[in-house]
Amino acid sequence: MLLKLTFNSLYARLLTVAMTVFAISLSLMLYMSVEKLRTSAYTSFTDTISQTDLIVGARTSSVQLLLYSVFRIGNATNNITWESYEDVINKKEVAWSVPISLGDSHRGFRVMGTNSEFFKRYKFRGGQSIELEQGKNLDDLYDVIIGAGVAEKLNYSVGTPLIVSHGLQSFSDHDDQPFKVSGILAKTGTPVDNTVIVSLEAIEAIHVDWSTGAKIPGQITPVEEIRQMDLSPKNITAALIGVNSKLQIFQLQRWINEYPEESLSSILPGVALQELWRIVGVVENLLLGISVTVIFTTLIGMTAIIFSSLNERRREMAIWRAMGASPKVVIGLLMLEAFIISVMSIIVSTVMLFLTLYVLQPWIDNTYGILVNIEMLSFKDIYIFMLFIIAASLVSLIPAIRAYWFSINDGMTIKI
Amino acid sequence: MEKSNLNEKTIQINSVKFHWSNKSKFKLHIPELSIDKGEKVLLLGESGSGKTTLLSLICGFLTPLSGKIQLNEKLINDLSATKRDQYRSDNIGIIFQQFNLLPYANVIDNILLPLYFSKLRSANISNQRETAISICQSLRLPEDVVNMKASELSVGQQQRVAVARALIGNPPLVIADEPTSSLDTDAQNIFLDLMFSQVASSNSTLLMVSHDKSLSSNFDRVIDMKNVSVKEK
Repeated sequence: MLLKLTFNSLYARLLTVAMTVFAISLSLMLYMSVEKLRTSAYTSFTDTISQTDLIVGARTSSVQLLLYSVFRIGNATNNITWESYEDVINKKEVAWSVPISLGDSHRGFRVMGTNSEFFKRYKFRGGQSIELEQGKNLDDLYDVIIGAGVAEKLNYSVGTPLIVSHGLQSFSDHDDQPFKVSGILAKTGTPVDNTVIVSLEAIEAIHVDWSTGAKIPGQITPVEEIRQMDLSPKNITAALIGVNSKLQIFQLQRWINEYPEESLSSILPGVALQELWRIVGVVENLLLGISVTVIFTTLIGMTAIIFSSLNERRREMAIWRAMGASPKVVIGLLMLEAFIISVMSIIVSTVMLFLTLYVLQPWIDNTYGILVNIEMLSFKDIYIFMLFIIAASLVSLIPAIRAYWFSINDGMTIKI
Repeated sequence: MEKSNLNEKTIQINSVKFHWSNKSKFKLHIPELSIDKGEKVLLLGESGSGKTTLLSLICGFLTPLSGKIQLNEKLINDLSATKRDQYRSDNIGIIFQQFNLLPYANVIDNILLPLYFSKLRSANISNQRETAISICQSLRLPEDVVNMKASELSVGQQQRVAVARALIGNPPLVIADEPTSSLDTDAQNIFLDLMFSQVASSNSTLLMVSHDKSLSSNFDRVIDMKNVSVKEK
């Protein structure tokens, strides 16, 4: 009966209650979407590379090596020689390796030289492999495979010719050796989407007429001649390494870091990703802080609304008291009201969140490369909801206690 | 039966003193006041004479500073606040001047509300809904009124619903605080007649407060606040 009458009472104030529920729902939704985006960004981020045990490059910090080798952000401080690379991969602990050569670009997208191992070994999102969506592998010296993002933004298809530029922001092109798109990769949500992949030999080929970063004046070797040359790579930028047994990772890492003939660094990608996230994650924490503040503001708003209705409901309280309701029942009624409002808000906000995610998911994925998983509420969400309900009931104690004093003092004399 | 009724007191007040801590000017002192079971008593008094304070004391909303208040021979001012609330819901039906009903609830729910708080009163009734409807019929409320929202009723109808609520489950005492003040003279008389017949049929005692002396002839006894309370400086 009390529950029914509380619902009747809320229904009688439908507009105010609906506005309150809507306001609280919006702030809860804001909180949940920030949280969802945060966890999805984290998952997308840390899933950029998986199943690679070590990344090897020239001596540098772990975050920097990770940035240029996996995220293609920034530059390598130095290359490593092919001899050092071979020394590393000839270690008995090494199961597989993928050499990577970076430094050139095409219309703002990084060009990466590698071999066929890359397509086999590079894994993301917990073990997914990259796949060709169109076309074929790198067969010819001047073939390129482009990521889904490159194909989409530059509107390239299989067979489109392209010129690789020297360096990252240079005005000199390797225009004497044009390439052709042989394949387009399926979307991965990783930096691979924005990468132009060529063979290691192709990287050597376009630099035949170059010496120490500059073109040798007047020297143009014909393409036919280049094709006949020995194009075995002399340097690479980094290498992804897989080991036979996880127990050997640290042993191998130590060996590489102490390699006497060249200054090398080897990093654990998982650890470096965590380190990097700690830097990037600050923004997300800020957003989270803001949305928690919004929730508190709304709670105060709800209290204010209950408060302002108290005076006009003083008569109602007196009626309850005359019927024999103890002041505790009066407190309970107001808390029940706050409880119902917060539960309704949670339901409305969850529905709104899922509708919004459903609509925005493709856009977020395309624009930011973050795949937001539309999944059932997690235990953490339910925990947050519980906390919210408890908080709402607790703040409603403030007007409820005021109503308690009203109802004790009013007795038979009821003020309107 | 008549005789035993005469001896049984519904209300017995002895040397009750009360004053508000913040309103030092107002002091209420009632040396003695008793109302017999089944009596219809009109309590007259000007505004500020302490009528409503007296009702609040009888209903257990307030406790006296000293003295005794007995309802059905039970001393209520010694009871805890919770027990007083329970005693009120079990024994007293209350009718206010106006705005008696929860505006958002329908008439039936309003009438049945006291039964929710009093097992004693709900035990007196076998079929709650039918009883509520039959009281409404006796009070000449239109049939379709029971399912309407209280806020949709006229003032006169609301007051009659308040009578039905006060009487449901046959409480021994009905207290009415100027229930006719918002009604015109014709409606007043009809209302009083209906209230009296219902109070009589449920065998309850009626204590009604008013400042209107013209109502006196309808009651068994008229008590003037001037005569029961002692002025104190």
